Amino acid sequence: MARKSHVQTTINGETVEFLCEPRQSLLEVLRDELHLTGAKEGCNNGNCGACSVILDGRLVNSCLVLGVETEGKSVETIEGLAAPDKLHPIQDAFLENAALQCGICTPGFIMSAKALLDQNPNPTEHEVRYWLAGNLCRCTGYDKIVRAVLDAAAAD
Amino acid sequence: MLENKDYKVIGTRPIRHDGVDKVTGRALYGADFHAAGLLHGRVLRSPHAHAKIIAIDTSRAEALPGVKAVVTAKDLPDAGDKVADLGEGAVNLKHLCDNILASDKVLYKGHAVAAVAATNPHVAEEACTLIDVEYEVLPPVLEVRQAMEPDAPLLHEHLRTTSLGETAAEPSNVASHIQHKLGDPEKGFAAADIIIEREFVTGTVHQGYIEPHNATAHYNADGQLTIWCSTQGAFTVREQVAEILQYPVSKIKVVPMEIGGGFGGKISVYIKPVAAMLAKKTGKPVKVLMNRAGVFEGTGPTPASFIRVKMGATKEGQLTAAQGYLAFEAGAYPGSPVGPGAMCIFAPYSIENVIIDGYDVVVNKPKTAPYRAPGAPNVAFGSETVLDEIAEKLGIDPLEIRLLNGAKAGDRRADGPVHPRIGFIETVEAAKAHPHYTAPNGKKHHGRGVASGYWFNIGLESSVTINVNSDGTINLIEGSTDIGGTRASIAMQAAEVLGIPAESVNPSVVDTNSVGYTAVTGGSRTTYATGYAAYEAAQDVKQQMIARAAKLWEVDEANVQFADGEFSSINGKEEQISFRDLCARLGETGGPVVGSGTVNPGGAGGAYATHVVDVAVDEETGKVDILRYTAVQDAGRAIHPSYVEGQIQGGAVQGIGWALNEEYIYNAEGEMTNASFLDYRMPTCLDLPMIDAVIVEVPNPGHPYGVRGVGEVPIVPPMAAIANAIYDAIGVRMRELPMSPDRVLKALGKI
Amino acid sequence: MPTVAIPSLLRNLTSGEESITVPGTTIREVIDNLEDRYPGLKARLCEGDRIKPGIAIYVNGLLTRGSILERVDAEAEIHFLPAIGGGRSAPR
Ligand code: FES
Ligand code: FES
Repeated sequence: MARKSHVQTTINGETVEFLCEPRQSLLEVLRDELHLTGAKEGCNNGNCGACSVILDGRLVNSCLVLGVETEGKSVETIEGLAAPDKLHPIQDAFLENAALQCGICTPGFIMSAKALLDQNPNPTEHEVRYWLAGNLCRCTGYDKIVRAVLDAAAAD
Repeated sequence: MLENKDYKVIGTRPIRHDGVDKVTGRALYGADFHAAGLLHGRVLRSPHAHAKIIAIDTSRAEALPGVKAVVTAKDLPDAGDKVADLGEGAVNLKHLCDNILASDKVLYKGHAVAAVAATNPHVAEEACTLIDVEYEVLPPVLEVRQAMEPDAPLLHEHLRTTSLGETAAEPSNVASHIQHKLGDPEKGFAAADIIIEREFVTGTVHQGYIEPHNATAHYNADGQLTIWCSTQGAFTVREQVAEILQYPVSKIKVVPMEIGGGFGGKISVYIKPVAAMLAKKTGKPVKVLMNRAGVFEGTGPTPASFIRVKMGATKEGQLTAAQGYLAFEAGAYPGSPVGPGAMCIFAPYSIENVIIDGYDVVVNKPKTAPYRAPGAPNVAFGSETVLDEIAEKLGIDPLEIRLLNGAKAGDRRADGPVHPRIGFIETVEAAKAHPHYTAPNGKKHHGRGVASGYWFNIGLESSVTINVNSDGTINLIEGSTDIGGTRASIAMQAAEVLGIPAESVNPSVVDTNSVGYTAVTGGSRTTYATGYAAYEAAQDVKQQMIARAAKLWEVDEANVQFADGEFSSINGKEEQISFRDLCARLGETGGPVVGSGTVNPGGAGGAYATHVVDVAVDEETGKVDILRYTAVQDAGRAIHPSYVEGQIQGGAVQGIGWALNEEYIYNAEGEMTNASFLDYRMPTCLDLPMIDAVIVEVPNPGHPYGVRGVGEVPIVPPMAAIANAIYDAIGVRMRELPMSPDRVLKALGKI
Repeated sequence: MPTVAIPSLLRNLTSGEESITVPGTTIREVIDNLEDRYPGLKARLCEGDRIKPGIAIYVNGLLTRGSILERVDAEAEIHFLPAIGGGRSAPR
């Protein structure tokens, strides 16, 4: 077993330090070391988006980022989105539109949607579909997810 | 028994009770479970599709630092030749155990042969590569017609075909033959002016839930086994684990965590007994997670099938006879859904003369598991395409021919029973009246298709307990894992009875020690049966509360009535108290109120759907695009319409994937070559338009609010609807799934 | 008297009869009376005093609990069909 490295990073605005093996992905670090289990593993090879987080303002699949790569960077995860007494507008829109069934894909979709709306606050339906194409949902058929993201954009 | 009145809660769209947890990442799914001292388990899988296991040597793996235990089939109790009735009907216990960990033979690539528990998941993975398994490789049997040949290699030496209680003398890969016969098919075909007979092939597809299988197990020193997992049914996990490990159910507690999709694929157990075996050997909690390749190669799929459909009709379009030949791949062990397929194939229509033969056939692929209306999509692809061809040849509108022949209450199904009140005709009428169907459809290479589908739905056991709180709310305890908003749809039925808002119900899904027996979340049964149990439990609460009001007012119970959330006394005294206010007075009127309801209802009431789709076919590339999609369905009564629409939309899209892209691709050695989400391509949102879900309500007489299960039938029509639309667009009939670009080009004669 | 629809695969035992009226107030009595008239039928449907796993009983179009103790009235129409999946898992 390789020696663990010490990593310091910012997660949801807080400075966090952790030890991780070089082979551990950011997803493993979040889930297994830091117990931030909101990011989910659906495939572990970049094809489902369930593990989506925002790294220094960019949407990434955390299963494809190594934990050690986050040294000095800033990570946003689903756990950091809502204020203590108020959901983020995208979260509200997902609830109001019934945009989740089993909910396993939901954190990933919400983080992807946030990354989209951060850089394009008024996307068209096609732009939403294009942007979210890296996130798989097997339950909803996407109709209500797309509506929720369009609603969240309109609400802002 | 049907309550027909205006509802206050039913039909509204409250925010689901578990919603905030699920949009904030706080909801705990199976893989999110953590315990102190947790070990990590991984499974070693067979690289061969068909082989004898000569020897397994685990010594190198055991020597790796960090490895705490290795298990193989030798660690399982001897299964003998017992038949157990679990989860999905009767199964041979040896088959069940061998599918958990192979003993003498591996029967598909990905078949589990051993498992390791280690201090770290990477070490467990590495240890798996150090297990030496000696195989004698055998030729694989990969296709149903090949497997049925008399000289095909046998998967199981002892398997013999059974036909309703009779067993054949010679071993075969055909596990069973079923047959339904109604009227005189020969006479019916003789009376036909037109007869169309066609053959269809469908591929192996996976349920494709985004959450891989997971299980954490721990044995206490007193022998109490606890399993935390994602499952469609905690009680069926308990039963299967008890049978496989020969351990009493009373010593097993299954804690259902949130579940990330199942669609039928999370009823059978795979790694749950393995986690228990590793936990027993190590004395520590052990978490076993599957990776995506393991999910594709070791769990789930729904069968590939070969189907022959023959239908006859008069010039006027009246169907006179129908014949179906269904051969389904069961995978490595018997148990394909050919039975449901045979029940469903002609069920939308009233046909006097029908014969259906079904065969359950083992092949060297993973043992199939239920997938949303199991069996029905395969057969509807055949029958709904043939019907389209008849309509076209006779010059009849495809929805008109469905109206002409559509089954109604009192008509006999091909398998015998008579239909209760059903809503098939209503779905066709709604499709016909929909602006989609009346919109022009004339562009070159654009086409429109329709198809219908049936699923019978099931009832089965459910239990609900309600604890009344002093502030006028209730805690509702249930055993149905919530995969798509059923906490809400169940809570709403209790709320309706008690005249309280949906938000005044706190639903919890609890472990097997904490609620009465409840069958799986499957068969489109949860809102129907567990909702029915919630209705009964709420009625129980209501009766007890009436007694409390009577006590309070010192009147006879018969003189208390309850309406719109208010108790009032009739006869003399003018007393009134709301449900909420009475809840505050439970202490003084006799103590806590706890209501319970248990059901095992038989009247699930069949569900019907009719879909309309517009496609564009690119003649250069063979790619089919979905331009517009409308899915009409009879929901009986939509308790929470948003989640009913969600089921319809999600089912339709799974059908679109099945129709256009999804299939297991095998090489000659029987290895699946596309076991990842990159190569097994499920629809993304960029592949799709909005899905217009249209709910029709023909109340089911078998439920107090008229509920029919809605989850499964929407996956039945899409394949045929899309095939019919492709024909409309480019004039070729597609009879093989998926209708991927290469097959479309082939059909066009371009490659 | 209840009417039993004979599944096509059992009609060789009933000389082709598709539907038979027999006395009985429970499924058990109906099956016993059928057995008297068409020996061998019971062995195809039952294992000991239970319905074989894999066979479902429908009475008047409704799926029953699959027990031979199920009561049937004089008008009942009984079907024996292949049991289908979805979670049939009552402890037996
Ligand atoms: S788990 Fe990272 S993309 Fe699927
Ligand atoms: S809600 Fe289940 S995968 Fe999206």
